[in-house]
Amino acid sequence: MNGAQDLGGMMGFGPIAIEQDEPWFHAEWERRAFGLTLAMGATGSWNIDMSRHARESLPPAEYLASSYYEIWTKGVEKLVVQAGLVSEDELRLGQALRDPAPIRRVLRAQDVPAVLARGGPADRAVEQPARFAVGDRVVTRNINPKGHTRLPRYARGKQGIIELIHGGHVFPDTNAHGLGETPQWLYTVRFTGTELWGEDADPSLTVSIDAWESYLEPA
Amino acid sequence: MTHHHHYQDDHDHSHLSDIELRVRALESILIEKGYVDPAAIDALVETYEVKVGPRNGARVVAKAWADPAYREWLRQDATAAIASLGFIGRQGEHMVAVENTPDEHNMVVCTLCSCYPWPVLGLPPVWYKSAPYRSRAVLDPRGVLAEFGVSLPETTRIRVWDSTAEIRYLVVPMRPKGTEGMSEEALADLVTRDSMIGTGLARRPEEVAR
Repeated sequence: MNGAQDLGGMMGFGPIAIEQDEPWFHAEWERRAFGLTLAMGATGSWNIDMSRHARESLPPAEYLASSYYEIWTKGVEKLVVQAGLVSEDELRLGQALRDPAPIRRVLRAQDVPAVLARGGPADRAVEQPARFAVGDRVVTRNINPKGHTRLPRYARGKQGIIELIHGGHVFPDTNAHGLGETPQWLYTVRFTGTELWGEDADPSLTVSIDAWESYLEPA
Repeated sequence: MTHHHHYQDDHDHSHLSDIELRVRALESILIEKGYVDPAAIDALVETYEVKVGPRNGARVVAKAWADPAYREWLRQDATAAIASLGFIGRQGEHMVAVENTPDEHNMVVCTLCSCYPWPVLGLPPVWYKSAPYRSRAVLDPRGVLAEFGVSLPETTRIRVWDSTAEIRYLVVPMRPKGTEGMSEEALADLVTRDSMIGTGLARRPEEVAR
């Protein structure tokens, strides 16, 4: 969806706030928000694409006004309600009113190292051969789906070159909506700055995105 | 800061901000329902606050500088080469290393969210996740670099990698001059977090207080 998360090329946000010797967290609540987001992710109640979509479908004004871990917190709130694990009134009151719903698994402290080490690989076998080869000229499709996508607006309808082929990867556009992993070939596609931004662009600039095969057509 | 929390014993919330109350409420519900083990939250936080950080990535870069065979492996299969040093798992499942040269400077961003190679760099700094960086890194990277105090020759091309999938990019900065014969350990001290994102350069030996 064309949400507020899709920031590439926007202007007016001001200078980058660089913090020397930045701490890993800026408040205790950030630690808890971070930890509970990962711990709930480990229950298997949703996938990473669903959690990204929950954050990105916040109303744009709210997304832009929220700090990073505020966005994560609001995302988890949405996800637990959608998954039927917590109800809106429980969130509002800040206490459990009903028995817990069945849950696939609960992350225990002793399992944290193994779960983090395993991670969540996104590579999957794809039966059909790759449509594109390194060096091929492609054009990104001009799509504006209402659902989740990882094709940023600034790179839609643009000509580029296939630079890397990463194999088959889970397709977020379906996976975010419970429509299956439907893996596709994933490519790094490189564009010139002028293709993306016009004649005033830095002539020495190139930018790449990682694009699933269905985002691309031959140029 | 890895004690357990017993919010039910805490009656006075009046001094807490809205978001603090919100996170407390959410956590207490999830714990009460048995979905979350508070000790697991502590362990997750401790992992990324104490155990993982850019020293990991610096070891990878220093080894690539010092060991041509390792450098070639990193080029061919960064995930395996990095795993060989013990840096594996979440948000580093699919790694690609990109090398800076006098002709091309690499810079990494995630315009859509905050994708970042956790096993080698730890959690991203706030600026990396923020709108000013995410919006301008792909449009005006030289302007962004200037804010980090980095000025590159006009003849150096800028290459920006927008991490829109689950591939995570590690920039291998150029090895500074005057570092011949230095140990990998000493070389690693020259490798900053920002140099591995591409918003900085490796430090020169004289910049490092030994």
